[in-house]
Amino acid sequence: MTFDKIPGETNGSGQPMVSVRDLRKTFHTLAGNVEVLKGIDIDIARGEKVVIVGPSGSGKSTFLRCLNMLETPTSGRITFNGTEITAPGVNLDEIRAQMGMVFQHFNLFPHLTVRKNITLSPVLLKMQTQEEADQHAEYLLGRIGLKDKADSYPNQLSGGQKQRVAIVRSLAMKPKMMLFDEPTSALDPEMVGEVLEVMKELANEGMTMAVVTHEMNFARDVASRVLFVDEGVILEQNTPKEFFSNPKHPRTKDFLSKIL
Amino acid sequence: MNSLSQRLYDDFIDKGRYMYLVKGLGNTVLITVFALLIGVLIGVLIALVRVAYLQTEKKGILLRILNLICGLYLTIIRGTPMVVQLMIMYFVIMASGAPLMIAILSFGLNSGAYVAEVIRSGIQSVDRGQREAGRSLGLSGRRTMIYIILPQAFKNVAPAIFNEFIVLLKETSVAGYVGIQDLTKGGDIIRSITYDAFPPLLAVALIYLVIVVFLTQILHVIERRLAKSDLR
Ligand SMILES: Nc1ncnc2c1ncn2[C@@H]1O[C@H](COP(=O)(O)OP(=O)(O)OP(=O)(O)O)[C@@H](O)[C@H]1O
Ligand SMILES: [Mg+2]
Repeated sequence: MTFDKIPGETNGSGQPMVSVRDLRKTFHTLAGNVEVLKGIDIDIARGEKVVIVGPSGSGKSTFLRCLNMLETPTSGRITFNGTEITAPGVNLDEIRAQMGMVFQHFNLFPHLTVRKNITLSPVLLKMQTQEEADQHAEYLLGRIGLKDKADSYPNQLSGGQKQRVAIVRSLAMKPKMMLFDEPTSALDPEMVGEVLEVMKELANEGMTMAVVTHEMNFARDVASRVLFVDEGVILEQNTPKEFFSNPKHPRTKDFLSKIL
Repeated sequence: MNSLSQRLYDDFIDKGRYMYLVKGLGNTVLITVFALLIGVLIGVLIALVRVAYLQTEKKGILLRILNLICGLYLTIIRGTPMVVQLMIMYFVIMASGAPLMIAILSFGLNSGAYVAEVIRSGIQSVDRGQREAGRSLGLSGRRTMIYIILPQAFKNVAPAIFNEFIVLLKETSVAGYVGIQDLTKGGDIIRSITYDAFPPLLAVALIYLVIVVFLTQILHVIERRLAKSDLR
């Protein structure tokens, strides 16, 4: 099964897909300032699948949301596909159009049909005509076995179906990279598998992916690298094999002993 | 003492006096409908400014000024009686101009202040994940608002806006203060001609009541429909 040609693969220079330098994020709240990201450095190569794990509140979501600038970093530099997106004056809409994001709570548009959910953005951004987009949507829905749901509304779908639709909604933009923030955490256990399956297929096709998840089996099977984020820094990173069998930092060991 | 049928004849039939009520009702509906349209338009604009102000971290000078103007507007409109606003509009601000237009504008400006808060709450009731999903698909903030947030916000507050229509319908009864012959004024004119107060005013009250009860039924239908489409 193939979704689409993945654009990021085709202009595969040696340059990384994403490059992050000294990324910091402080939230200003009524209770005071909270420094959530305390200097993150990482390169993500084209086609790489990075799985991010770590305790609750450690800044995983914030990090992911900084990558597509849903959250504005307090300082630091992020380069995506050769463009420094933290520089002033960058058209962030154009950047985000190339970076899919899948959310824990799906965030499908409840007032639009599945088909319209998928085609809205490609059509509005004039990437495709409505007809082309409809055809593409049909194709993508066929790939996840939900062709017959094109005219359904999101609230008529199961959680697993919603998340699969959310994934192809992002894919309809033909992104160069996909971000996943706990895509299976809101699902009933019996639906986790079907979503992970779609993600695995995507990974096999060479999509560059950054995935925050608690599914350690997914990390083991799919990740090219596992990052352990704790208190706003990447405390440890390694291949999944090394990471799980031979964690170095005491806090990583502690975390793994709790979660495995 | 006149018999009841004689009174009714004098009040409503003689010289076609019922037409005061018919024409009056026409004006009442006209003012209400157009005032609500203006109110919704103003309401959306104000709500957008206020939501933008609340959501933006680095507030530009333009946004600050707009927000200040909107805040002032809301305070003045909600802090003064409708009748007074209407009279100021009629006798001071727009000393010339068609009374009906002035009334529509006045009621529209007034309604806008209330609708603004309704729509603002509607926008804020839309899950913030919706905005994030729209933006992450590469849509601009404006398009996300138009295609994703506002349709859901309107759906959420449709009953409240329809209710504003009902409220407005009754509020326009003060239009007579600036010489407009609305339904209430129509009844009052009949009273001043026949010196008989009860039947015309009762008729006026009944007409309002029937319309409001009817509209309220429609409101319930709307509410039920919306609740059904929310079922998971
Ligand atoms: N918009 C915000 N305003 C203020 N504080 C925030 C905001 N977003 C996140 N935080 C705080 O930043 C910290 C990190 O949050 P984040 O969501 O990145 O953690 P996480 O690692 O994804 O946790 P979880 O596993 O629970 O999802 C938390 O303490 C959170 O309360
Ligand atoms: Mg999180």
